[in-house]
Amino acid sequence: MTDGWTIVTILCMTVVTVITRCFFFISEREWKLPHWAQRGLQYAPIAALTAVIAPDIVLINGELTAPWRDARVWAAVAAAAFYFWRRRESFTLPLTIAVGVAVYLPLRLGLGW
Amino acid sequence: MSMPLPDPPREMSPRGRLGAWLAHKVDAYARTARHPLFWVGAREMAGISVGLTAWAFMTGVAMIKSGMSITEAVLMSLLVFAGSAQLAAIPLIAAGAPLWVILATAFCVNLRFVVFSLHLRDYFMFLPRTRRLYLGYFTGDVTYVLYTRRFPKPAETETQRRAQMAYLWGGNVSNWVFWQTLSMLGIFLGNALPARWGLEFAGTLALLAVACSLATTQLRALSALMAAAAAVALYGLPYRLNIVSAIAVAVAICLFLEPKVLARQSGAKGEPPGDRP
Repeated sequence: MTDGWTIVTILCMTVVTVITRCFFFISEREWKLPHWAQRGLQYAPIAALTAVIAPDIVLINGELTAPWRDARVWAAVAAAAFYFWRRRESFTLPLTIAVGVAVYLPLRLGLGW
Repeated sequence: MSMPLPDPPREMSPRGRLGAWLAHKVDAYARTARHPLFWVGAREMAGISVGLTAWAFMTGVAMIKSGMSITEAVLMSLLVFAGSAQLAAIPLIAAGAPLWVILATAFCVNLRFVVFSLHLRDYFMFLPRTRRLYLGYFTGDVTYVLYTRRFPKPAETETQRRAQMAYLWGGNVSNWVFWQTLSMLGIFLGNALPARWGLEFAGTLALLAVACSLATTQLRALSALMAAAAAVALYGLPYRLNIVSAIAVAVAICLFLEPKVLARQSGAKGEPPGDRP
């Protein structure tokens, strides 16, 4: 079912895409971010990504239960290990996803983890 | 070489003016597409797009598997057009997080584009504002990298500008077509895959891969670990506020530690740390 609120969210996210991609050339005026904000740009994107994924990898309904028997944890560990092993090669990113899925599906469907 | 169209005559019916305006637009697009560099840009981008297809496909699958309707998923793909921001927002939308938390998260994930836009400013400032925003919206990570690698300096003459714009648009068009096609395939095929497989997790894996690729310095890796730990520890906060709080905590810690780490590194190696976006 299409939900009006989700559509509003999508429209606002489109505006976020435009603002971030065009941030420094929206205005004609030349200007600078304060130093701390400029430095913060180095660390915020990776923090945002891991903050989003970490709970989805280790928590079940907000609880930390037996992560060593969880298909998602093993898939994530395998994917990250593969990435850092092959980081200099081409096609590493899509292969990383493939490795993660290849570990995830058998554990989940086969062992029910 | 194409001839410029004559100016439209003053006295014209609204339909005549619309026609002339459309003809002018079509002529401008055709001129860009006929430029040899347009096809060079499109071909170079297509080579890389093959690797990005899995990505676009997974974004489509993750959207539909999170419970979005087909209309919502298609709209999101066509409008938002930012894979990692979409992947990050999908679980938040599904969990009913407040709008500002979703937007703040998307903004933080997209901050790398803010870094690129500072660089692209010198290349794009000759355009009027609407055209700049339009072009900026369509310029993704990979086209940005290819474009600035091929043209290390902004154009100075009209001919150079046309060549640069043709190359960039070639890459952008090719990227857009690949991305949207695969994303649509993901939306429609994902709908047919059984829910039991839990394939929405592929979206999490896709984000994990991007996060790994961003971990180019020690402090960035630390930022990732801090944010992950804080997001899990603060999971009990209402409205998924754990995300925004985790980002704030991780960035604050890194900004606090940065001077010390940089001082130690420059003392050890005598070179500035890698700042690649």
